Amino acid sequence: MLNEWTFIGLFLLMGAIFPGVPILLNSLILGPKKNNPVKNSPYECGIETVGDTWVQFKVQYYIFALVFVIFDVETIFLFPFAVAFDQVALFMVVEVVIFILILAGGLIYAWRKGALQWV
Amino acid sequence: MDLSQLFSDPVGFVRDLLVQLLASLGLADSAINVILAAIGVVIIASFCLVLPLFLIWFERRVVARMQDRIGPNRVGPQGALQTIADAIKLLIKEDITPIGADKLVYNAAPILSVIAVISMWAVVPFAVNILGTRLNVGALYIISVGSLGTLAIMMGGWSSNNKYALLGAFRTVAQLVSYEAPLLLSLLVPVILARSMDLGTIIEKQEVWFIVAAPVAALIFFATSVAEVGRTPFDLLEAESEIVAGFHIEYTGMKFGMFFVAEFLHAFTVGALTAVLFLGGWRGPGAEAYPLLGVLYFMFKAFAGYFLVILMRAALPRIRIDHMLDLNWKFLVPVSLAAIVLTLLGDKLIQTAGLESEWLRAGLLFLGNLVLVWVVYWFLSASARRMRAEEEGADDHASPGHDDHGASHEAHAVLPGDAGAHAAPAH
Amino acid sequence: MTAAHVIFLVTAVATLGAALYVVTARNLVHAALALIASFFGVAIIFVLLQAGFLAAVQVVLYIGAIAILIIFAIMLTRRVMQDTGPQTNRQWWVAAIMAAVLFVALLVSLGLVPSLQDVTQPVTALPSPDDSLRQLGKSFVDPNQYLLPFELASVLLLVALIGSIVIAADKKQP
Repeated sequence: MLNEWTFIGLFLLMGAIFPGVPILLNSLILGPKKNNPVKNSPYECGIETVGDTWVQFKVQYYIFALVFVIFDVETIFLFPFAVAFDQVALFMVVEVVIFILILAGGLIYAWRKGALQWV
Repeated sequence: MDLSQLFSDPVGFVRDLLVQLLASLGLADSAINVILAAIGVVIIASFCLVLPLFLIWFERRVVARMQDRIGPNRVGPQGALQTIADAIKLLIKEDITPIGADKLVYNAAPILSVIAVISMWAVVPFAVNILGTRLNVGALYIISVGSLGTLAIMMGGWSSNNKYALLGAFRTVAQLVSYEAPLLLSLLVPVILARSMDLGTIIEKQEVWFIVAAPVAALIFFATSVAEVGRTPFDLLEAESEIVAGFHIEYTGMKFGMFFVAEFLHAFTVGALTAVLFLGGWRGPGAEAYPLLGVLYFMFKAFAGYFLVILMRAALPRIRIDHMLDLNWKFLVPVSLAAIVLTLLGDKLIQTAGLESEWLRAGLLFLGNLVLVWVVYWFLSASARRMRAEEEGADDHASPGHDDHGASHEAHAVLPGDAGAHAAPAH
Repeated sequence: MTAAHVIFLVTAVATLGAALYVVTARNLVHAALALIASFFGVAIIFVLLQAGFLAAVQVVLYIGAIAILIIFAIMLTRRVMQDTGPQTNRQWWVAAIMAAVLFVALLVSLGLVPSLQDVTQPVTALPSPDDSLRQLGKSFVDPNQYLLPFELASVLLLVALIGSIVIAADKKQP
């Protein structure tokens, strides 16, 4: 098993090197370097930026990420069960359906409370 | 080791040659394994980075044809070298780093984006024995490296020191994170049907393609994967008219090129994954005996998926972000949960009933999916009917005799709600 | 010193270094990114422990969901772009000594456990990864094993969902 993951590890390393080469080629060797303050300033449709780069972050983003975490954890629980599907009995499948229904109930609660709206 | 092995097991043939060569140089076994793995990695990674050259040209020609124009046709035969010309142009562009950008994160973001997409190809089986590696958690591995891509976008947007990039990055991450929920859920369905997370096993179990046994899950997987890439109709992330290129405003030259390559490769990967999970991967007549045929079938199916992605891009308008998130949480997640429950119960009932035939099993699950689609349609039309009744009730109470009665109907028709993509907009 | 040992040492040092940076970094987002690096290090250690499924779950959940949640939470504060000043106070060396003492105490007490005397071999023979995954799946739904915690986990997730919506959602709904 370690052999397979060694391949993955090498892949991640190679995946870091392969795009790195053209980027370095561009930045360090081939691209011109003519800095001037106007070019380097942040782009805002041609206007000067005012104030810090900070955007009021809406709490809506956070709620979506939160609901996603819940469903992510739920789905992860179901993956090993899916692999062992051949060896479980019917009532065990019903148990898992109950598991899913409990969380579907949570989704419906979130829906009715308006937590899933983007305002 | 004879030449017929070249056809039946090309990778094994080459591998034996190399092992002999390296052993004759006197290297230890583990070193040989590492070198062979490294060679395999280089081959797959190079394939993944060279493929976008063709993919970008293909897309530009197809989109152009759909828009009744020709597309690039000057550089090279039929414009085939256009992408190389673009790559050279990007290579010699100046690399501008905005003032106040966080250098380490700013430079790492495009690289992480490419790593996320290339690493998916480590487990995709091209043929029976032509693949990177067989992980027993292949399907989950693909999702995990996909989430690295989401992170890369967040990093890129934040480190650019630009309000629009930050705003774009937030909205992008909200979209990508939201659409990962139905992606995972619909990915669970082929895993249940094949009883394994290993992509090779999933293909081997597809005597009947899983798209027959789980069409709803296939459609949801395809749609959410397209949303994960950030392609139209979900391409708010780079909508030029809205948010000025979103999170990659401040990237120039090859760094932008890397984001671009990552996106196109990801779009093709969507086609490839749909082919593997639902269309039988390399399966086809004669694929087991001649793996090169399997590669051909696989690439054909993957390109069919990619063509569908391009078609969607050329034909569909962009969805507004609140419609998009409504579509996800109020339609895709419940429907994919229902599809999972259906597949779990259906498959277990079929198994306890002792039905062995693959076709019968696929057929019964297909019928179950049809029932699910009918139930969903019933729900949607009931809620659309309810919405229409509310509007007409509200309009009756409004002031009489106004000419824009029709206009107000149209205005109401685009309200967000449960009407997602399947809404009956009939008025 | 096999390759696995070397990889483990490098990963462990990197993970601990990243974790240290999380608590001492002045820039909150840098701290979050270092946290992601330490999560990734933990995933690599899971792979070395032949728990490939847990490694994938670690990346999907921790890096793909929880780290993003943490970054969003950081973005909700105004202090994202500011240098928040030095993160240690004047008694940091006392804390460092106590942490080192605790570490040595843990090592010694682990070393006294008889079955861990020889840490170079696995304690019991591990089943193949496929089998262990299937056993995990079966143990979730087997009434004699972990069925009750499994269902309670779903109730726990439900409670978390409801609680977070109650706290975080807009109070516009009547």
